[in-house]
Amino acid sequence: MKKITIKLNHEIRSTYVEPTETLLDVLRDKFGVKSPKCGCDRGDCGACAVILNGRSVRSCLVLAIETDGQEVVTVEGISKNGLSKVQNTMLDKNAFQCGFCAPGMIITTTELLDNNPHPTYEEIKEALSGNLCRCSGYLPILESVKEASEE
Amino acid sequence: MAILHDFEYEKPKNIEETLQLLSKYKEKAKILAGGTDLIVHLKEGFASPDFVIDVKDIEVLKELKISNNNIFIGAGVTFTELIESKEIEEQLPILYQASKKVASVGVRNRATLVGNICSAVPSLDSAPALLVYDAEISVISLEGERKIGIHDWFTGVKKTILKPDELVLGINIKTTKHSGVYEKLGRYRGEDLAQAGIGIFVGDNDLRFAYCAVGPIPKRMRKLEDFLNGKKITDEVIDEAAEIIPTEISPITDIRSSKEYRTHMMKVMFKRGLKKSLELQQGGKS
Repeated sequence: MKKITIKLNHEIRSTYVEPTETLLDVLRDKFGVKSPKCGCDRGDCGACAVILNGRSVRSCLVLAIETDGQEVVTVEGISKNGLSKVQNTMLDKNAFQCGFCAPGMIITTTELLDNNPHPTYEEIKEALSGNLCRCSGYLPILESVKEASEE
Repeated sequence: MAILHDFEYEKPKNIEETLQLLSKYKEKAKILAGGTDLIVHLKEGFASPDFVIDVKDIEVLKELKISNNNIFIGAGVTFTELIESKEIEEQLPILYQASKKVASVGVRNRATLVGNICSAVPSLDSAPALLVYDAEISVISLEGERKIGIHDWFTGVKKTILKPDELVLGINIKTTKHSGVYEKLGRYRGEDLAQAGIGIFVGDNDLRFAYCAVGPIPKRMRKLEDFLNGKKITDEVIDEAAEIIPTEISPITDIRSSKEYRTHMMKVMFKRGLKKSLELQQGGKS
């Protein structure tokens, strides 16, 4: 076991990890941060997306030990002081049914809008192409992002 | 899915330290850069190293050096960094397009170009670009540095010529004026492996082609090049050339598509891609 210290949702947190533990498992089971979800567990579905050092990554494909000294933001961090604009438009448009993909969608969208506040429809589609939704709610999700970017 | 095979994790600070570790552990060690392939392999048991050597703390590997007629892409450079580089977009448009077609944003933020060629899966998106650019790979071990041409790099499915005690420093590409495209066939956009892919390079009186996903290793299409180079390119010539493609490739039928479909689409993508590249050559915009 090795001690790692990360800045998680603006707080300094430490825990002990085995080299084999993924960031996803450590976030959920050791830090109690439950928004990242385990979907495919191989980087295809985007449900486990978190922001690592300002960029969205698949937390199921990152070893926790790699992130020692780095910064992780999850949906809990994004919503710390209330919902973001795009979270509100997603609510308004009832963008999700089961909600399992929602945290990943919110992470990807947050990264997109941080880097490109007014994306085109094509750019939104491209950014979200790595996030799968099995309730097939894609259209209201895309529209929520578009609306948030236009406000 | 948990990673069942235990390993020790090392994060060396420089090349020297990394080479010492590699020379000590050899086959028992795996290099970790982006991890988007390695972690999957660890979970699924395709890789079971005793040591995982994370090279992300090594600053020199993160370099993207642009000089007059040469570009050096360090082993730690991610696809996102390539896509965000104006120079890559302008000087290596085929690599730029291929980089944008690798998986999805969350993977590209982490995955490296060098990791892509080290994984050496037949469908790797970056290979056609590197092949038409005649890229050269710089590798180093305790015995010294050597350069390997991209044409000698791939030796089989998921196999490369890299030795267990060697570390890839980066990829050198000589830049010349050209246009070109990377055409990829996937079932849907984002996060899908190529079913077929072709890189097309149009220079001054110089056409080059390379494929991925339709043979055990990605390769240049020399017969096609020999047929087309020196000819005036007309629609009829292009149609005739397309018929050479089945003799250059050896696609398989698998869960993603049949060999007949891959062959058919290679011809379609060749025609479409070559026409688009020729238009770009004459000053069009992609």
